[in-house]
Amino acid sequence: MTLTAPAAPALSTDEVLALRRDFPLLQREGLVYLDSTATSQRPRQVLDAEVAYVEHEHAAVHRGAHTLAAEATERFEEARGTVAAFIGADDDEVVWTSGATAALNLVAGAIGNASAGRGGAEADRFRLREGDEVVVTELEHHADLVPWQELALRTGATLRWIPVDDDGALRMDEAARIVGPRTRVLAFSHVSNVLGAVNPVADLVALAREHGALTVLDACQSVPHLPFDVRTLGVDLVAFSGHKMLGPTGIGALWGRREVLNALPPFLTGGSMITTVTMERSEYLPAPQRFEAGTQPTSQAIGLAEAVRYLQGVGMERVAAHEAAIGDRLAEGLDAIDGVRLLGPRPGAPRVGLASFVVDGVHAHDVGQVLDEAGVAVRVGHHCAQPLHRRLGVTASTRASGYVYTTEDEVDRFLEATVQAVRFFGVRS
Amino acid sequence: MSGTGSLYQELILDLSRHPRAKGLHDGADASSHQVNPTCGDEVTVQLHLDGDVVRAVRWDGEGCAISQASASILAELAPGLTLDDLGSRIALFRTAMRSKGRIEPDEELLGDAVALGGVSKYTARVKCAMLPWVAAEDALAHRAA
Repeated sequence: MTLTAPAAPALSTDEVLALRRDFPLLQREGLVYLDSTATSQRPRQVLDAEVAYVEHEHAAVHRGAHTLAAEATERFEEARGTVAAFIGADDDEVVWTSGATAALNLVAGAIGNASAGRGGAEADRFRLREGDEVVVTELEHHADLVPWQELALRTGATLRWIPVDDDGALRMDEAARIVGPRTRVLAFSHVSNVLGAVNPVADLVALAREHGALTVLDACQSVPHLPFDVRTLGVDLVAFSGHKMLGPTGIGALWGRREVLNALPPFLTGGSMITTVTMERSEYLPAPQRFEAGTQPTSQAIGLAEAVRYLQGVGMERVAAHEAAIGDRLAEGLDAIDGVRLLGPRPGAPRVGLASFVVDGVHAHDVGQVLDEAGVAVRVGHHCAQPLHRRLGVTASTRASGYVYTTEDEVDRFLEATVQAVRFFGVRS
Repeated sequence: MSGTGSLYQELILDLSRHPRAKGLHDGADASSHQVNPTCGDEVTVQLHLDGDVVRAVRWDGEGCAISQASASILAELAPGLTLDDLGSRIALFRTAMRSKGRIEPDEELLGDAVALGGVSKYTARVKCAMLPWVAAEDALAHRAA
């Protein structure tokens, strides 16, 4: 999976403008929305699909016996199938979660339960003991770091991490030293939410496999932006969020290899995930239901499936090509501004449609204020990646992130506003 | 950029480039470290006292122009105040900051903090302005305890 030679042409300006008409929020006067990495906007089709389900088909899924419940269950499972097909998976390997954070906590929590002896002999392969190691990377979002810290503290395992270099690229020489026979879990992100760089998944998977470690991929910034196929990637578990891919908040998914999911003990427990319950103990359903305790976010799942259809309508190859063009324009434009330090890959190097930067001597909040005044919505702060920022020698940065609806004109308006911000705060200290 | 101009008054920009009372000194009577979790900004505020009167406030930290200027303003305002007075000035400042632009900071009581009056219209930035004052308040509370 490379971004250097897009397999499809980028979207034309007319095509992007046509897509934009589907997004009610983007009609807001004067707004340049460049915060899609935090959360994307939703097309009318997604909103309509949710409303139509609620107005005509809503009922409790996987429990009622009436016709309406059966129909709702069917819609809900169709939505699962749509999302599964989108990532090259089978239906029963996709677990609904409230988002990627919940998915990653599910995995860490289930491994914690296995480590406490739950899940029987099958789950023994996940059991962590003192001396075992969980490996992450220095560029992880807090959602793919804090759950592993907690897991290590609960089990006595050691948390280690693959460092990054000054450009924020993973030190693969170090990775080869760190991932070893003690490594039981290797968790890493596919695309950095701060730098936009695509991490070498195949190399990391090869390292983990060599030592029999479980691989967990945070795909929050890849599933929405790149053609994505779980079988090609070779990882064991994948987490992503719906609201970053034109879908609703409150829905996301965990994909796992069937044999992995069915061997993991449950994390959240309760209704709809059991077969037999006595006062003493319970037996559990196979995946995915095993991990879906309680009432599920049904209309959100239906909305996410519609978002997937929308993206399929555009074509993920073309989404990726458009993002590569937007990312290049952002990176080149920022790099050309005197006093701006572009973080991550150099201009021209592969990145998705986002760029983070620092203005010398000016805090990101102050940069963001001037951009906001110009109608440009960007993210300022540490973007839930404090260790990465610390490693790059900054406390905060400004991040501009586009998506399928972002125009070149918007990128240029953002760049002009950034020049204004640099001027406003005057001489660099 | 009129809105941004009213937020970043000349004094704020000047203080962010040339901070006052920045750098910690040994022998503080109370201190507190505060972090703004949304941006990672941090500040440590020290109170140096003569009995119940503030002799000096020293601070150190990293953050945006608003939080940095606010720390300098606090450090220039506090010396000579009793601890009770400092506590009530902090409360006054907080009321002004939370007023969404309805209450201007009282110049007589809050001095140069009037220059931060514009911040209260930008709810996302109120925490930046408050950060050093919250640190001072926390230092006071822990000293009292």
